[in-house]
Amino acid sequence: MAILEVNNLGKSFGATEVLKDISFSLEKGESLAIIGSSGSGKTTLLRCLNYLETPDRGSIRVNGEVIFDAANAGRMSVADLRRNRLHFGLVFQSFNLFPQYTAFQNVVLAGELLAREQPDYKANKKRILDGIHENGRKLLASVGLSAKADNYPHQLSGGQQQRVAIARALALNPDILCFDEPTSALDPELTGEVLNVIRALAARSTTMIIVTHEMQFARQVADNVLFMDKGVIVEYGKPEDVIDNPKQERTRRFLENYTNG
Amino acid sequence: MLDIIKVLISGFGENLRIFVLTLAMAIPLGLVITFGSMTKFRPIRWITRVFVWVIRGTPLMLQLFVVLYAPGLLFGIPMRNRMMATLVAFVINYAAYFSEIYRGGIESIPTGQYEAGAVLGMTRAQIFFKVVLLQVVKRITPSMGNEVITLVKDTALSRVIGVAEIIMVAERYTKQGLIGPLFSTGLYFLLFNGLLTLALGWIERRMDYFRA
Ligand SMILES: Nc1ncnc2c1ncn2[C@@H]1O[C@H](COP(=O)(O)OP(=O)(O)O)[C@@H](O)[C@H]1O
Ligand SMILES: [Mg+2]
Repeated sequence: MAILEVNNLGKSFGATEVLKDISFSLEKGESLAIIGSSGSGKTTLLRCLNYLETPDRGSIRVNGEVIFDAANAGRMSVADLRRNRLHFGLVFQSFNLFPQYTAFQNVVLAGELLAREQPDYKANKKRILDGIHENGRKLLASVGLSAKADNYPHQLSGGQQQRVAIARALALNPDILCFDEPTSALDPELTGEVLNVIRALAARSTTMIIVTHEMQFARQVADNVLFMDKGVIVEYGKPEDVIDNPKQERTRRFLENYTNG
Repeated sequence: MLDIIKVLISGFGENLRIFVLTLAMAIPLGLVITFGSMTKFRPIRWITRVFVWVIRGTPLMLQLFVVLYAPGLLFGIPMRNRMMATLVAFVINYAAYFSEIYRGGIESIPTGQYEAGAVLGMTRAQIFFKVVLLQVVKRITPSMGNEVITLVKDTALSRVIGVAEIIMVAERYTKQGLIGPLFSTGLYFLLFNGLLTLALGWIERRMDYFRA
């Protein structure tokens, strides 16, 4: 069974239809790359999955459970929304680290706050927090930033900040980790370190949706590639098909900009 | 001479009392007004913003008179305690100013901070208190510092409704031909504002460890 099923998702901003009938599914351990020109709705799609936007139409299932259905979207309680959105993690283009917290604190903060809601929190506080901190240290190590644990975001390079943001998103152990152009805000010489972290995640079969303009990277890492244009899925398939032998004229035209440039 | 200084110091004690109590109450009340002016519920937002407009758009001196006389004229309960009237007027006035500073600070925080908190499962209250608040405090400290220093000087306005603050008590000496005491009151304000400036600088340095 697919871990994620998106069915007929639609979203408009005023009169602009940004997503039109988007349907796709994702298997556990799969990494999906979403490509497409600017304005095609990629960010909006990720934001819908993370409940930062409310779709007008369609439904979203995770592990078979309906976690969003436009038909009764207004009825979801705040508690349900918080629980459901934890199925997803999101790494933003602009990192959005919390500036007043160190790299380590950024990674563990949300976990510490969530832990307070556990029924046995008072009784086992020390053990629970130790576990969160231990996990936080491991995650920082896994993105190669153990030495920067006590640095504040402004003391880190863009690439380091984005790696902290990835560790922060992983800390809550989401079923599906979404990346929105994770290297677009970085200087070219810093993209490699971030892409390597994502490569390592793919090698460990982390379920991921990666919006990216790095075609070479998408070809190596993604199990499937989805090309979006003007709010619709134009082409979907294996990277060697979609990127190397696109069937659709629109995909070909889009990819020409990358191979030529 | 020593007697005069004693009188002036006790007068300045009234100024300090107004200052401390106004700050202690206006800082939290301002936050309540900010939430009112930012709520999605339109009637409350509208009422709050009109209230802030009226308070900021009229002289504090006039507000002192209104607070002193209005309860007696409107409800037949005269306000006898002049210090009480002063505090009510000052707290309302400064809370209105503070609320606008808070609002500016809150609105200047990038939405990415809220969204990052939200996707990590934080509640709205957690996002506000754990993520946004300290960044807001850092951003508004300079403007709050200006307001606080203005407040020190504004306390002298309380004399218009008869509070025996320092300038009022010093002025009495002019009738005996002594102008020195009146002029010397400036030193008390200067000295206290000097201390405040140091304290504000210290607070700003305490938040130097991060950028927001
Ligand atoms: N909050 C919004 N309000 C109005 N229009 C929006 C909003 N967010 C995105 N859009 C519009 O939706 C379209 C798709 O945007 P986006 O999802 O960011 O595309 P992409 O990430 O593929 O570049 C764009 O035309 C954009 O201007
Ligand atoms: Mg985008």
